[in-house]
Amino acid sequence: MGSVRVLVGTRKGAFILSADGTRKSWDVQGPFFEGWEMYHLKGSPIDPNRIYASQSTGWFGQIIQRSDDGGASWAPVGNGFKYDGVPGTHQWYDGTPHPWEFARVWHLEPSLTDPDTVLAGVEDAALFKSTDGGENWSELSGLRGHGSGPHWQPGAGGMCLHTITVSPKDPNRIFAAISAAGAFRSDDAGSTWRPINRGLRSEGIPDEAAEVGHCVHRIALHPSNPDVLYMQKHWDVMRSNDAGESWFEVSGNLPSDFGFVIDVHAHEPETIYVVPITSDAVHFPPEGKLRVYRSRSGGNEWEPLGKGLPQSHCYVNVLRDAMAVDGLDECGIYFGTTGGQVYASNDAGDSWEAIVHDLPAVLSVEVQTLA
Amino acid sequence: MIRVVLPAHLKTLINQHREVVLDVAGPVTQRSLLDALESQYPVLNGTIRDPTTQRRRPFIRFFACELDLSHASPDDVLPDEVVSGAEQFFVVGAMAGG
Repeated sequence: MGSVRVLVGTRKGAFILSADGTRKSWDVQGPFFEGWEMYHLKGSPIDPNRIYASQSTGWFGQIIQRSDDGGASWAPVGNGFKYDGVPGTHQWYDGTPHPWEFARVWHLEPSLTDPDTVLAGVEDAALFKSTDGGENWSELSGLRGHGSGPHWQPGAGGMCLHTITVSPKDPNRIFAAISAAGAFRSDDAGSTWRPINRGLRSEGIPDEAAEVGHCVHRIALHPSNPDVLYMQKHWDVMRSNDAGESWFEVSGNLPSDFGFVIDVHAHEPETIYVVPITSDAVHFPPEGKLRVYRSRSGGNEWEPLGKGLPQSHCYVNVLRDAMAVDGLDECGIYFGTTGGQVYASNDAGDSWEAIVHDLPAVLSVEVQTLA
Repeated sequence: MIRVVLPAHLKTLINQHREVVLDVAGPVTQRSLLDALESQYPVLNGTIRDPTTQRRRPFIRFFACELDLSHASPDDVLPDEVVSGAEQFFVVGAMAGG
């Protein structure tokens, strides 16, 4: 039957939620690292006992924690995130050059093949790599250095590299997304990069179709078809059929195409999920109804899924790293809210139940499918 | 024997919820005290001082003997009461409310 372990990062600590394959009864452990902001926790796909966690505060900086026993115990590893060479500048909010300054790790992406190898997406936007279990980090500076870096500008949440996705069919192919620069691709394991934003249009920048400057919120793919990418942009839900060479809009009948999360069903590459948010100015669901929207056609035709979710007076947000899917036969979907709820569906989204109600604001949700 | 009081987040990080006691070789300054602290608890590297510049992180303060020593030179010798262990050296996270 298998089981699942849900890794939850919040504003004030981390939590681990566990259940057997029915996903009806949950064991809640935590808080781990109480009082610290836990931007992201993620387990190695090939060694589920190996979990990496990003722990930070504005006061005390960045710590990386590692567990080798499935989250039962943790040990700090390296936190030396030093930009390669002279960091240079990017654009500040007022358009002036601003030195690259490390703030925190937003996202950790363990390797698909080696538990000791992990990528880290950081603010100010850059990509780092460790090949020794997080002890030492070096920048893959071809991303910042490919040419457009000096023109990148932060979004309201900072200039963060928040999405890292490695193609399961070609480990040399890495996708990354940065707010508010856009999407980028490497075909040589992170040495060289180029923007992949053709087809994106963003009203908030002078040239709506610029090569960079788009506020991408999240990119997802299905392992069986990694050339098809789905994107939740600041506004617009987008799709690419050619590994990001070009994008087209698939927002269709969504009540709002603003949002943060997007994810793909574990077994149906054309079934995708988003959580519409009212607007960039109003970060809660339309009409105060929390609804996941599912498309079984790879976009454009969407159905609301609200059974078990609050359908009145709900004013939470769902942040970009706060949705995940499990790999059990009946695909489970999970998402966390800024109101501290983690919702789970054990029937691919048809119905939902809150695993927990009152955590601190949820920053990230990942799920491990265990044997 | 130098007695150091850490803020709650850092106590959690090192799993030590009482004051930290240090032996500091040579003149006791902010720098030598923090070097000794980080040597005893390597996980604190980067949490009090920027790991590259070694400057105090912006929201960290240093108090002792009812004085704010945050802006003193890191190479100034600390007060005798701290050096003798009569007074504690406080590493403080700046207050934030709202």
